[in-house]
Amino acid sequence: MVDRQIWTSNLNLWFGKNQILHNINLEIYKNSITAIIGPSGCGKSTLLRCFNRMNDFISDMELTGKVYLNGKNIYAPKTDVYAVRASVGMVFQKPNPFPKSIYNNVAYGLQIQGKYSKSEIKDRVEESLKAAWLWDEVKDRLHHSAMSLSGGQQQRLCIARALANKPKVLLLDEPTSALDPQSTAKIEELCLALKNSVTILIVTHNVAQAGRISDYTAFLYLGELVEFEKTEQLFTVPKDKRTEAYLTGVFG
Amino acid sequence: MNFRRGKNTFWLSIMTLMLIITAGFLVVFIVRIITLGAPVLSWKFIVEPPREAMTEGGIFPALIGTFLLTALAMIIALPLGIFTAIWLTHYGKPSQLVNILHIIINTMAGIPSIIFGLFGMTIFVNLLDLNVSLLSGSLTLAILALPVIINNTEEAIRSVPADFSEASLALGATTRQTISKVVFPAALPNILTGAIISVGRVAGETAPIMFTAATFYSRSLPHSLQNEVMALPYHIYALMTEGTHPQAQVPIAYGTALVLLLLVLLIDALAIIIRSYMRKKRQW
Repeated sequence: MVDRQIWTSNLNLWFGKNQILHNINLEIYKNSITAIIGPSGCGKSTLLRCFNRMNDFISDMELTGKVYLNGKNIYAPKTDVYAVRASVGMVFQKPNPFPKSIYNNVAYGLQIQGKYSKSEIKDRVEESLKAAWLWDEVKDRLHHSAMSLSGGQQQRLCIARALANKPKVLLLDEPTSALDPQSTAKIEELCLALKNSVTILIVTHNVAQAGRISDYTAFLYLGELVEFEKTEQLFTVPKDKRTEAYLTGVFG
Repeated sequence: MNFRRGKNTFWLSIMTLMLIITAGFLVVFIVRIITLGAPVLSWKFIVEPPREAMTEGGIFPALIGTFLLTALAMIIALPLGIFTAIWLTHYGKPSQLVNILHIIINTMAGIPSIIFGLFGMTIFVNLLDLNVSLLSGSLTLAILALPVIINNTEEAIRSVPADFSEASLALGATTRQTISKVVFPAALPNILTGAIISVGRVAGETAPIMFTAATFYSRSLPHSLQNEVMALPYHIYALMTEGTHPQAQVPIAYGTALVLLLLVLLIDALAIIIRSYMRKKRQW
């Protein structure tokens, strides 16, 4: 039995009167890559944002059920939301480095916690940039604007920024959809290297990408978890007709 | 075909004519102010107080008075306006209250400045007993500048991409940290530009200070917030309406007008320079 990093129990979510997620029961295993696939508007991103409570900012959001992260329900009343978010890294669809220097981008997550010394932060910045395979490209210009980097580099900077907090989980929300094929390949390779130290969840509408890098795949359709399997199995012998239809491109 | 071309030429000529008339007004206006004002301009005009019942000397106390009034008004209005705008953009949930606040702010922006003058007189001068003083005038000017600063700051904050806030919040930052470390620095160039433009406006206002701060003549500079002050716009008004030696005083009024005009142009130029510099630096 593989260890569970995240699991949900009867997770339902509404935006106003629209129910977006229906009774999701999902288990995410430690040090694996899990892909969440499904057609546009099926709730993939919303589900991902449940794992670091980023849906809380939507004013008419309602949620029932439980989401366990490292054994604790992060929707329990006394949860420290900021600590939850700091312990989970998130990378977005469009590279969104802050209009600050490369160094300050990576240091930001540590700086706001106010409990690290300057030298600790300096070491952690270097470590994170190395882990995101960006160090060699930027080590001579750490104090230049992050906006001067290419799109692919910016996205790896965002990964480094997320890694600086030493998260156990990394949430990637279509991280390569705004990138060229070469940068995409590099980030996919990076994910494979990172899964030894961090559990990765990736939302993608690129089915081939899910097939290339993920260990497990969850297929979401109209807010329902239709199928969750080892990627190999789901891609070769899908149990559900809808999964098969989606994978073969009948709809999407 | 010829008819259509003729129509085109006709409208083009009309537009050119309108443009020439508009530009003409501006040119005549500027030339007039310069020819009437320039003869009295000199270094002494800037650094000397008025003498001989305002028929000679300079405008130094009025210049300093305008500087003090404007600076103090901005010191009061900027924090009020900026924090209000931050609250409206980040803390005020869409609600009836926020709508009402926006209506109030926009109404304030449309109130004639003389009304602010009366308001300042009844509230600051009479009710709060602050006298006709630098402080009363600055407070009145601050209220006048508030709606402009609030609207401008709100716009500046809203133009910062939501991606930045999201990234910050996802790293575990609080709303306050996100605003102070990410959103506000990114919005600052636009906030500053708007603030500088409102400085130009505040410096040129006459009506709000007429009953609250300005004095026709003062031999010394104000030495406390409770003193009356001279100010450039009011100085012009006083020379043109209350002078007893118009032949000597009207040229001085034009000289003062020219100084005030140059000052406002200088401030606006500064705003434009800062904005274009910051825009070049900004890369999103």
